[in-house]
Amino acid sequence: MQIYLPIAELSLNVFGLLGLGVIVGFLSGLFGIGGGFLLTPLLIFIGVPHAVAVSTHANQLIAASASGALAHWRRNAVDFRMGLVMLVGGFVGSTLGVWLFKALSRMGQVELVISLSYVVVLGLVGLLMLSESGISMLRQRRQAPPKPRAGRHPYWVRVLPFRMRFYRSRIYISALVPFVVGMFVGVLVAIMGVGGGFIMVPAMIYILGMPTAVVTGTSLFQIVVITANVTFLQALTTQTVDVVLALILMIGGVLGAQVGARAGVNLKGEQVRGLLALLLLAVAGKLLYDLVVTPADLYSISRGGA
Amino acid sequence: MRVLRTLLLMIALASGCFPLAARAQALVADLSSHLVAITTGFAGTDVLLFGAVEGPGDVVVVVRGPDEREIVRLKGRVAGIYVNRKEMAFSRVPSFYQVAASGELDKIASAAERARLEIGTENLRLVPEVERDPATVADYRAALIRNKEAQGLWGRNVAKVASLGARLFRVNVYFPSNVPVGIYQVQVFLFHDGEVRAAQTTPLSISKVGASAEIFDFAHREAAAYGAIAIAIALAAGWAASAIFRRV
Repeated sequence: MQIYLPIAELSLNVFGLLGLGVIVGFLSGLFGIGGGFLLTPLLIFIGVPHAVAVSTHANQLIAASASGALAHWRRNAVDFRMGLVMLVGGFVGSTLGVWLFKALSRMGQVELVISLSYVVVLGLVGLLMLSESGISMLRQRRQAPPKPRAGRHPYWVRVLPFRMRFYRSRIYISALVPFVVGMFVGVLVAIMGVGGGFIMVPAMIYILGMPTAVVTGTSLFQIVVITANVTFLQALTTQTVDVVLALILMIGGVLGAQVGARAGVNLKGEQVRGLLALLLLAVAGKLLYDLVVTPADLYSISRGGA
Repeated sequence: MRVLRTLLLMIALASGCFPLAARAQALVADLSSHLVAITTGFAGTDVLLFGAVEGPGDVVVVVRGPDEREIVRLKGRVAGIYVNRKEMAFSRVPSFYQVAASGELDKIASAAERARLEIGTENLRLVPEVERDPATVADYRAALIRNKEAQGLWGRNVAKVASLGARLFRVNVYFPSNVPVGIYQVQVFLFHDGEVRAAQTTPLSISKVGASAEIFDFAHREAAAYGAIAIAIALAAGWAASAIFRRV
């Protein structure tokens, strides 16, 4: 069954889109990520214009992350204090990102910048997570005692000013660190059309030193608010948010997210991270391959405003 | 003097293009529908063009979408990866283009006539905004045609105009689901001995109607409200899912 998407201006199969939503929603619930790094390239691949894919995905992410965030909140697995500090940075970053996106598309380099940031960010994060989760899985097998919690933060993090106590995460850290992490993620949401969970989750674990139990919920909470900001800004400036497309993806997404959140409870933290790392590396590898291999047509066209 | 000359030229051109007044009944054509409505269920559609001719000759149909500006970009290798390096902008590029004919084009119409009437993608007057050497322009031009064909918006092949007896003809013009909206021009020519004997132009409107039109208009007119509603829908969907699944 085909449905015409009023903003994307083409028609696509409803069940295909629902299926995409379910898959991405499942990953979202499982890993506490938006899954945008998969969905946005897939939407572009099936013909949705680039800008519409990015903006609409931000809209869809609100639903998927809200349902995930609520599920984690009921289990008391959200650190709101930490989330709010990151949000301040997120607002600055996403507003900056929407502006940057417009400037890059005018220069015709937006696809390149997006592909390159995917390769670099996904590749680095994937490698780091894979090695870390591999090491901790080995350590567990040898029955070694876990690392002590005190003094986990690197020296440069400990000397920063504006230290705050985050009770839910049981950490004491400079508010600047979550602010900068939030800002960086905000830029990614706007220009890559991703929730930024895949970078926020490892940043929370390795830089902020938050316990894995609250990481997923807090990152989902933060994604809800940032994607709402991006949705609003894109609707206002570029009119590229397709509510029909978003709604179909949402229905699939929320179903998948619930199943994913349940499946995640039965997995160990390092297993979740190991799986996520492999997925990130696979996507990064595919995008790098596309950049390096000679394209079928060296020329491309785009409709340009006057 | 120059004004007069321009005027005379225009009259000459108009009478060459549309000798309708002189041979009013040589060619009559109409569309099965003058409005292609893009509704929520739109997945591409056929529009039937039918008509009758008086006397011998072949029918050529050209369907053109509204003009737009297209930027063609060329990728080159920089440090091992492919990057957009050069670009050329073309103004007045038809957003949709399809030719149909009752026989082989080069046998029906002379090369001069095809060029004058822009029949066939090779005859489209695609002029770059900034002047460049002809070889480079030709490369970009070919790329523009190739990409438009790949998008399904320019016909790769000449569609077949079917003849029913000696006088009647019909042709189905297919519009894919990604068809741009706007006012289209459907030009019908009657050729004989390589020359145009009669011509007729019929407008065709392609527009969104119903829910999809309202959503599109609302998104552009009330952008802030649209954004707020998009957020509200998403939050409601997320909350509803979470509430439902808690009970399961």
